[in-house]
Amino acid sequence: MTDQTLIPSAQFALILDRLAHQLIEHHDFSNTVLVGLQPRGSRLAERLQRRLQELQPECVVPCGKLDVTFFRDDIRSNDKLLSPNVNDMGFTVEGRDVVLVDDVLFTGRTIRAGLDALLAHGRPNAVALAVLIDRRFSRELPIEPNYIGKHVDSIGAQHVKVFWSEEGGEDRVILLNEKPS
Amino acid sequence: MSEAQGLSTPNLLGIKGLTKADVNLIHATAKEFKDVLNRPIKKVPSLRDFTVANLFFENSTRTRLSFELAEKRLSADLVNFSAAGSSVKKGETLVDTVNNILAMKVDMVVMRHPHPGAHQFLASKVDVPIVNAGDGTHEHPTQALLDSFSLREALGDDLTGKNIAIVGDIQHSRVALSNIEALKLLGANVRVCGPETLIPKHLHSMDVQVSHDLDDTIRWADALNMLRIQLERQGPSDAVRFFPTLREYTMRFGLTLERLSQSDSPVVIMHPGPINRGVEISSEVADSEHAIILDQVENGVAVRMAVLYLLAQRKG
Repeated sequence: MTDQTLIPSAQFALILDRLAHQLIEHHDFSNTVLVGLQPRGSRLAERLQRRLQELQPECVVPCGKLDVTFFRDDIRSNDKLLSPNVNDMGFTVEGRDVVLVDDVLFTGRTIRAGLDALLAHGRPNAVALAVLIDRRFSRELPIEPNYIGKHVDSIGAQHVKVFWSEEGGEDRVILLNEKPS
Repeated sequence: MSEAQGLSTPNLLGIKGLTKADVNLIHATAKEFKDVLNRPIKKVPSLRDFTVANLFFENSTRTRLSFELAEKRLSADLVNFSAAGSSVKKGETLVDTVNNILAMKVDMVVMRHPHPGAHQFLASKVDVPIVNAGDGTHEHPTQALLDSFSLREALGDDLTGKNIAIVGDIQHSRVALSNIEALKLLGANVRVCGPETLIPKHLHSMDVQVSHDLDDTIRWADALNMLRIQLERQGPSDAVRFFPTLREYTMRFGLTLERLSQSDSPVVIMHPGPINRGVEISSEVADSEHAIILDQVENGVAVRMAVLYLLAQRKG
């Protein structure tokens, strides 16, 4: 079986657009912040921030980058060294509505760590979760997203990879049959 | 999360034995821990399943507090031990002491010991990671890591070709030896400056410049690391002294604002503490804007968190 394109470039833009509109529908952005999980979730958060700014030029949408490495539950059991990414919040989340943003939701463990990491920056009023890809049926924790770009049914051995035009090439999402080493 | 190569060594016995990649990895990790230390909640759960024993066979205030805080900020459990009032006085050997502590399920040992090489010896006898918090006059690797981390903050990330001088009691200083090793790894030019009697003879083999003229050194240096005169390591008070009087030492090697003004460009001033104000450094210099002495202390916790975090992740 060959690798499969889940979201081609044209559809990618439509999905980002839809997510941005859904966020506006449910949040007034006077007290809402976007928080992208490092490293790949913050890419999506920045895109959403840009789109929201275009749709609502009068509103400033703060966007932070949150690194969850130190909060993971597999620091000493993972075979690989987990080294941290830059954490750049620049604001506290005390009393604010937070939309946590990640690219792919799989087991839910990264989001669990993200919630812990988020609380180190204050007590938010409410937290919602937005993801580009939801690999449903593979959850290991009771975590569900509020905003979903696309559902994907896949088996554990497969790997979903999001490509961003900022990294060269076109925006697209590919389903790989093996996890790249 | 990104995946990188871990440290090349299971212990931190000294800077000798680390690679440049190791130092860079520790510094990069410390940078993120420094961010953690500036958050409303200065604590991460990374090592919550981990216990560290701090064994101090020699006095320490700053290093011990710094290690303790680093362990607590990482959520590790810790036990403290100091030689005073312990069974060491009853004749127990180092290996027995440590094995007894390890039998209580301790995962890592941070140790300060008066004997150079004590850590090397211990590492060959027990199989938990050992962190050297100072062994006699030999090495003090975490101090050198935090000094070089602070220098990179002050002078820019690339220390290649920067002129760094270490001034004072080089002979009795573990900080000096570890600093020389670390700065050479990072490509800096290193000079030591002090009275002839306090500079070891073998230093030329480490590719280090030697000077006995502080004024010339100030004009040469981008940064000065001022060391304390370690009277407690210079033998009994009636022994032959390394220099006639402290007053004479201060006249020749004490850093003052007047002396510093000879330099065309600002010089970064470091001191590993404890400071003897009015001896190796005047109060005006220690409190001046060019001194990064308290930044060093702040960075110490972040650097030690990085060392503990990286060593705890190593398997086998």
